[in-house]
Amino acid sequence: MNILHPLLNPILALFLAPLLPGIINRTKAIVAGRTGQPLLQLYYDLFRLFQKSAVYSLTVSPIFKAGPLVGLACIVMGLTLVPMGGIPSLFGFAGDLVVLAYLMGLARFFTVAAALDTGSAFEGMGASREVQFSVLAEPALLLGLAAISQVGLIRPLTALPTAIPLESLSEMLARLSMSVWMADGTVLLLTSAALFIVMLAENCRIPVDDPTTHLELTMIHEVMVLDHSGPDFGMILYAAALKLWIFLALLAGLLIPVRTGNFWMDGASILIGMVVIAIGIGVIESINGRLRLIRVPQLLAGALVLSVMALVMVLWG
Amino acid sequence: MSDNLSNLFSMPNGHAVDIKSLDRLNISQFQETVMNGIGQGLRISAMFAHPVSSDGLRIWAILTHDRQSLVVPVYTDLKTRCYPSLTPQCPQVQGFEREMFEQWALRPEGHPWLKPLRFHDAYGNTGLSKSCQSPVMGVTDFFRVAGEDVHEVAVGPVHAGIIEPGHFRFQCHGETVLHLEIALGYQHRGVERHLIGGPNSRTIHYMETLAGDTTIGHATSYCQAIESLSGARPSLRALALRGVALELERIANHVGDLGALSGDVGFLPTMSYCGRIRGDVLNISALICGNRFGRGLICPGGVAFDMDGQRASELRRRLDDVEADLNSAIDLLWKTSSVMARFEGTGALSRDLCDQSGLVGPVARASGIERDIRQDFPLGIFQYTQIPICTGDSGDVFARAYVRWLEIQRSIMFIREQIGTLPDGNSVQPAADLLSDHLTVSLTEGWRGEICHVALTDDQGRFRHYKIVDPSFHNWIGLAMALRGQQISDFPLCNKSFNLSYCGHDL
Repeated sequence: MNILHPLLNPILALFLAPLLPGIINRTKAIVAGRTGQPLLQLYYDLFRLFQKSAVYSLTVSPIFKAGPLVGLACIVMGLTLVPMGGIPSLFGFAGDLVVLAYLMGLARFFTVAAALDTGSAFEGMGASREVQFSVLAEPALLLGLAAISQVGLIRPLTALPTAIPLESLSEMLARLSMSVWMADGTVLLLTSAALFIVMLAENCRIPVDDPTTHLELTMIHEVMVLDHSGPDFGMILYAAALKLWIFLALLAGLLIPVRTGNFWMDGASILIGMVVIAIGIGVIESINGRLRLIRVPQLLAGALVLSVMALVMVLWG
Repeated sequence: MSDNLSNLFSMPNGHAVDIKSLDRLNISQFQETVMNGIGQGLRISAMFAHPVSSDGLRIWAILTHDRQSLVVPVYTDLKTRCYPSLTPQCPQVQGFEREMFEQWALRPEGHPWLKPLRFHDAYGNTGLSKSCQSPVMGVTDFFRVAGEDVHEVAVGPVHAGIIEPGHFRFQCHGETVLHLEIALGYQHRGVERHLIGGPNSRTIHYMETLAGDTTIGHATSYCQAIESLSGARPSLRALALRGVALELERIANHVGDLGALSGDVGFLPTMSYCGRIRGDVLNISALICGNRFGRGLICPGGVAFDMDGQRASELRRRLDDVEADLNSAIDLLWKTSSVMARFEGTGALSRDLCDQSGLVGPVARASGIERDIRQDFPLGIFQYTQIPICTGDSGDVFARAYVRWLEIQRSIMFIREQIGTLPDGNSVQPAADLLSDHLTVSLTEGWRGEICHVALTDDQGRFRHYKIVDPSFHNWIGLAMALRGQQISDFPLCNKSFNLSYCGHDL
């Protein structure tokens, strides 16, 4: 494998991630019969925001300014740990999935802290919701990834789960060829479903959150960033697009069992998979209403149950 | 009507009465009469005060008897500036008492939550403290809940959407709303004050813009009042065209609301389609009179635009298109379980509460109350054609949405029938001078509910006082009550299911 190949994912992500929300929005517009916004809208927005200067309230502390910066830094670091199917990540080490989960956790912590820093009733409400939901989303993500780590291993019958060595995300995903799918399809489907729900929640998509709403009282993620402006807000939008990219890359790596060893073919299949999933999100958002906020934990608990089932099946099934 | 009320003068909707022929009651008789009426199922459609001498004020109460189609105007003269409040026994007068307090410093003793309604200066020098004489916009007491984990959320008056200003103060426990208080007044223009001494060439324009989305409703109410005071009799053709315009207004607004409700739960297809279809319906109004909101169509004595056969068939064709599009767009709403899960059980209002608070329109009908001016107090074309009342029973967001959909269908049938059998006649009859010293009450079922206009003329036949009650005035308290015990994240949805007017309330 070429030494430059692991650079593919971070480089593509940094340039193409803002396209993903564009694809979702185009899908929604087409399904609803609207003209809709252009595919490249987020690029225009980012360009506009980075030319502006930020406005800060007199009551905020440096935490507020650190929020978007730390958030973006965490997500970019996370990006270097994410493989694209058979193409390994830039950095990979045993247990890097835990680091990935908690890099996103750290980003969330700083977003929440910055939101609370404003002292606004809206933002406090959003922060409370975000934290409440992440309590359920985080274990679903970790257990789902743990289940994948056990798929396709050739184990002696006597081996205990603890005897299996930890691997990196790249190694885990590189193993998921067509034959593994045939053998352990159920586990992979359960995990994919769990990760898909977590992806919807983490990226504030319908049915958990409504990214297009202007109603502060119903928002979760959007309301926490109401007071950010200019480049700060640009960083938040950019980090959100990158985060979506991370989740879609993981999901596509899971769902597309193309492991030819051919760099171009593997890479292209994962990219196409990501676009298809993005269109799928757009379709889901077009034909579904939002859940009532008190029902969201039930959905996330469902994702957790799916992950646990997958893990149980792969360990003792 | 039983003993106490049967002695009183009563009249149908849109009739005028000589004020001198009405008995003056003293304050205790007055309040006894009002309470008696409420006890027998009458409602208070309007209550207001105006000066009669240098220091005396006259309080009017317009009681309406839905089942007998009768309007009962009663009044009393007050020399003092205080009287015992009726609100504790009769919650539906709370807004009216606050209004009179703010305008004339008439203090209702025992009112449980006496504070300004619109934050304007008191009319005339009341000799009160400065905070009462000229309150500062939005600066007032708000009901507060104290305790562990309770927090307060203030929304507005500047909102995220392009809507009117209003302030909402939530007392929350976590995500649950314990209490919502609504403070309005930001849109106050002083319209009623400007109408005194009229009618003049400006009057109809004030009426058409009382609440921009209820142009036809308010203009119709006003013209009915003028016609009853001047004895003008619009032709049947004019009445039919007024009815068509009124129902088009209802369809356009109900369609817009259903789309907005759909948007609030993140369901995009119906939102997008309804936004477009609402425009199509507004364009039908423009086909009749050249204005999408029907401005300039209704005038005293009839309608300012007649309809020829070609235009009528074009209207029918467009209405057919609208109906077909709507059927598919709205069907999608009821068939999507994720939407129904949000609508059902959200913001439910009991029938009792609607009755006590005197709510009107689709909001009251969604709770099972058969209250519709078109049937209860038929005037104009509705004297000759009936539109069946549409009611729900659950009183929640779903019921309010579904009642709107039923009304859209009924209105389309009505318009088709009227356009098909448009009678002959002049579109407008010249209006004569107004009777002097008369009072008239004109009720119209606007798309939000009962619109009540009360005109009093002086000895010259000019307006001595003109009282307007928009349905929003009755219904805002309903929204506050509907939110109790609900999730704060459901507020936008509940709010949209009421879709009340800020400027119609603030006038």
